[in-house]
Amino acid sequence: MFYREAGQFKTDYASDQAVFPILQDRIGIVVIVLAAYSLVLAQNDFLLNAMMIPFLIFTLAAIGLNLLTGYTGLLSLGTGAFMGVGAYSCYKLTTIFPGVNIIIWIIVSGFFAAFIGVIFGLPSLRIKGFYLAVATLAAQFFLEWCFIRIPWLYNYNVSAAIEVPQRELFGVIVTGPRATAETRYLIVLTIVVVMTWMASNIVHGRIGRMWMAVRDMDIAAELMGIRLLPTKLLAFAVSSFYCGVAGAMLVFLWYGGAESTVFSINQSFFVLFMIIIGGLGSLLGSYLGAALIFMLPIVLRFVPPKFGIPVHAATVEHITFMTVGALIVFFLIVEPHGLARLWQIAKQKLRVWPFPY
Amino acid sequence: MRAPTGSHIAAGEVLLAVENVSLSFGGVHAIRDVSFDIRKGEIRAIIGPNGAGKTSMLNVINGFYTPQAGQITFKGQTRSKMRPFEAARGGIARTFQNVALFRGMTALDNIMAGRTLRMHRGLFWQIFRYGPAMTEEVEHRLRAEEIIDFLHIQHIRKIQVGRLPYGLQKRVELGRALAMEPDLLLLDEPMAGMNLEEKEDMSRFVLDVNQHFGTTIALIEHDMGVVMDLSDRVVVLDYGQKIADGSPDEVKSNKTVIDAYLGVAH
Repeated sequence: MFYREAGQFKTDYASDQAVFPILQDRIGIVVIVLAAYSLVLAQNDFLLNAMMIPFLIFTLAAIGLNLLTGYTGLLSLGTGAFMGVGAYSCYKLTTIFPGVNIIIWIIVSGFFAAFIGVIFGLPSLRIKGFYLAVATLAAQFFLEWCFIRIPWLYNYNVSAAIEVPQRELFGVIVTGPRATAETRYLIVLTIVVVMTWMASNIVHGRIGRMWMAVRDMDIAAELMGIRLLPTKLLAFAVSSFYCGVAGAMLVFLWYGGAESTVFSINQSFFVLFMIIIGGLGSLLGSYLGAALIFMLPIVLRFVPPKFGIPVHAATVEHITFMTVGALIVFFLIVEPHGLARLWQIAKQKLRVWPFPY
Repeated sequence: MRAPTGSHIAAGEVLLAVENVSLSFGGVHAIRDVSFDIRKGEIRAIIGPNGAGKTSMLNVINGFYTPQAGQITFKGQTRSKMRPFEAARGGIARTFQNVALFRGMTALDNIMAGRTLRMHRGLFWQIFRYGPAMTEEVEHRLRAEEIIDFLHIQHIRKIQVGRLPYGLQKRVELGRALAMEPDLLLLDEPMAGMNLEEKEDMSRFVLDVNQHFGTTIALIEHDMGVVMDLSDRVVVLDYGQKIADGSPDEVKSNKTVIDAYLGVAH
């Protein structure tokens, strides 16, 4: 009833092919984006720094993996390493060319990640499923090894870590310890919003259909004239680009410095869980998954103190782990296709409410 | 819908010729030294008992299998093997015996996927969607809608094909093949598992495709009534060998064919 497209007539195919053909959706998106931007006004460093910035960065990584795994059906465990490629190449670029705008380097580092992604995507023509996951595992271990063993990558720092130098954008400090949470949040948010919009454009067009065709039935896709290897490599490239940008932002706009362990296999699993719980083959799912896996523990940590229950910090930590684990199992049992599907079902229910169908 | 273009071959001339093709998997000879041709504009049926090598023949024609011997001439070009995407580029479309739709996509997207080869805007334009990519998208959406109208599947265009009943899935699959605007359409048992009414509908579509768009059709079918009514010429395979080739009436009265289907008294 609240969510009905009745009366919204489409008179041309362009409006029917739109990403959000229903007016309510379009209004909703505008409201959400405006709300996200207005969070800056809250002056709450904790909210921005500990929650929103990492949430958005992980969302971007999740979108990247979702393009590969959810849309093209290629399982990858190399996300962490591809994020690392982005971070390390951004670090090298900005230390070699300090004069260039850091935002440009963050984006350009995505191309480095895309290139590496394509190289490790080459086996995908012959191997599928779990076997491909193992092949991408090779990327994960090899690149992690590079991050440790090639000192040139971290400019021969004694700590073997990359430390983000201070960079300015139009006179405002953007990276480094003196950058404010508000500035970094605005940059992260803008990049993530724009890149989500681009991802949504890609998956709704010809290339998205090619990817999904390869995912659903590669034999029939080949018969449509879709060449499997270029299509899969394109998916690897775009996906790694997203992961690379996410990795660069992770270090430059959140951590402020990182060593190789940040991009370990755990990070890969972390992002993979996000898209499985959020919903494979759904951009919205990437957001929901990142929110559930990343934000829920933080929120839960603040529930007991709010009710005045005095709990030891370590106990809270354990309880959080248990609750999150239980919730993940619960959501997977209720809806194996992820939170995005739950939202779709809810939308359908809203459309027909108060009638059952 | 536009008639398929890009072919300089006149109606009635040989569009595709299979010469002395042999295919074996280890010790199993799926096809032995089979030759036949398909003329432009005709409906050519390939029949035979189970395991006769009919589907293998289609797989050879569109490049899934590489024959050990023999050659295929398509539109005047002779080659010993086809590659699937080359076949698609050359204008060969196909449906499958067990429906091979993109199950996670809507009926409309499936048909639009059939137009992939004819769409050319690359990643750069797709990223922005509005502008040239959208113009192209709408242009091809019009073609897709023509096919949707033709097959009477307007009501299911936004439904995921995995959730459609079997008969409609077959229809969407035909639509996806038609979206390629093929010169040669290979139909692998388009009426398998259908009731009489659905078979009649599908027969109508096959005839319409052939007559209105001039598409050449090669058809595998087990329903002899359908085969005899629809096809112009029939080739009969048995144990991988060609045992008969000719008009439906000739084939029907052929002794070897009757023996192959009914068995021989010993």
